[in-house]
Amino acid sequence: MMIARGERILMRGNEAIAQAAIDAGCRAFFGYPITPQNQIPDYFALHMPEVGGVFLQAESEVAAINMVYGAAAAGARAMTASSSPGVSLKQEGISYLAESELPCVIVNIMRGGSGLGNIAPAQADYFQAVKGGGHGDYRTLVLAPWSVQEMYDLTRQAFDIADRYRNPVLILGDALLGQMMEPTVLPTEVVDPAGLPAKPWATNGAKGRKHNIINSLYINPSDLERVNLRLQQRYDEMARDEVRFDGERLDDAEIAIIAYGTAARVAVTAVDQARREGLRAGLMRPISLFPFPASAIEDLACRVKAILVVELSLGQLVEDVRLAVEGRCPVHLLGRTGGVVVTPTEVLEAVRKVAEEPATQHAD
Amino acid sequence: MQTELEHSAIFERPRALEPVRMHYCPGCTHGIVHRLVAELLDEFELVERSVGIAPVGCAVFAYDYFACDMIEAAHGRAPAVATGLKRVRPDLFVFTYQGDGDLASIGLGETIHAAARGENITVVFINNAVYGMTGGQMAPTTLPGMKTSTTPLGRDPKLAGNPIRVCELLAAVEGPAYISRVAVTDPRRVREAKRAIRTAFKAQLEGLGFSLVEVLSTCPTRWAMPPDEALRWVEDKMVPFYPLKEFVVSPQLRDGK
Repeated sequence: MMIARGERILMRGNEAIAQAAIDAGCRAFFGYPITPQNQIPDYFALHMPEVGGVFLQAESEVAAINMVYGAAAAGARAMTASSSPGVSLKQEGISYLAESELPCVIVNIMRGGSGLGNIAPAQADYFQAVKGGGHGDYRTLVLAPWSVQEMYDLTRQAFDIADRYRNPVLILGDALLGQMMEPTVLPTEVVDPAGLPAKPWATNGAKGRKHNIINSLYINPSDLERVNLRLQQRYDEMARDEVRFDGERLDDAEIAIIAYGTAARVAVTAVDQARREGLRAGLMRPISLFPFPASAIEDLACRVKAILVVELSLGQLVEDVRLAVEGRCPVHLLGRTGGVVVTPTEVLEAVRKVAEEPATQHAD
Repeated sequence: MQTELEHSAIFERPRALEPVRMHYCPGCTHGIVHRLVAELLDEFELVERSVGIAPVGCAVFAYDYFACDMIEAAHGRAPAVATGLKRVRPDLFVFTYQGDGDLASIGLGETIHAAARGENITVVFINNAVYGMTGGQMAPTTLPGMKTSTTPLGRDPKLAGNPIRVCELLAAVEGPAYISRVAVTDPRRVREAKRAIRTAFKAQLEGLGFSLVEVLSTCPTRWAMPPDEALRWVEDKMVPFYPLKEFVVSPQLRDGK
């Protein structure tokens, strides 16, 4: 397919993710139908064969993530995508991928939950995404785009990050980001998978070397502890090197809104409206949700009067914010749930309310 | 001291088996089947271009025993893992080695769909009618009336369901190139089993599609029987219920025979 590069084109979020994967040298996608992410497998079904890649519709979410496990074990850049209930089903596989140190990219285009929920935008899988998600003592690196351009850019980076840390990377979007179309610029340079560094650990035929084993079973507890401690060091390296966040009008802000993804998109409108009323609001937007931009939020808490967390869930992001703030300033929550998207007016009202509160004496 | 005697080995450990001690119980037939797979990996010179997928169950440590590259899969997921790997590297020889709980219970979905896709992989399926590793619970292949730790009075099909005949089930879908059931209860049967696994390997090497060999096996520990009695039990009880035969043989394989 001819696709215009280096100039603004109109793209849907889900399609930008799929094209970004192909441009990152991903040649293996395994998925199962679920709304609102269906344009991702649809795109791959059409375009993977054009680049000699593998697209396979799996019989289940569980099979799809395990196909990713097999492809990643062979050393290929591999990917799967789903939405909330489907990502729950993949958690066993994600745990195995993490403990077996297999790089891959997993996309969650979140929908309303819990249970079958609905297909509207939500951010209620935050805990699942950033705290591990499946059984065991592992983390996935989580990137949260807020525009179609970022869906492209972060997905592309995700493959490099996954390979660097030999760890699954999760792209956490939502129904709104997946479905909306925006002007997007695709870079002219794309990755040739043949030029990617070799993976000496891959199970791709023990020619001239001892056999490689991809495994997450360590029957001796001290062996498993050693592996988990080594992985923990890797998570510490991520915390040092992979924190990403952005800000809008934070320099002189008295009230900092903290939000990611779609909630941040709504909040930035409310920041402009608040400024017109003379309220000094700003937006702090975590882009990496794990590692969490905790020290940036800690700094912010020392400078602002109060923090307002806006999320499309009922108090998930706010827990990590409070852990970072450690009581340095009041932290308020505005959360909507069940696929209801918060409006700029609601955010503005919450900012006004926070502004009216008397300044609190800091305990410390 | 070196002697002048020249000698060549006529019976050795296959190159495809690592020189390590296996954990299997005395009298268990896993060792025989491991050896057959390894002999065939040697015979087709596949060690350097094979990837084996180990299950969850008694054969969980198979990754330490086979000398080719190995992957340990989640319970029941070996056919999906094999699919992902084979699709990105069709030049590799890919086999799974799975037990009855892994393949026919928690992983039945993965098994049927890999077969229906005609996925060009080989499955070695050990049916010993019981969960060995976890302590002798009922398997999807446990015979009616058979006592296990979760059917202490014997499997009552009305309560605990009926056993699944995997080969017959898979023979009903389009896609498999070779489906066969064998046993390893005596030397003649072992030779037949090797012939079946060889045909299954050929099916993959010739790109014909999914191949599976079910091996009726013993579990003296969980059956609470001496090994020789366990072998007789396979012949007396299992073979009548699980007939030994080739269920699917692709015409191309037949021609080559």
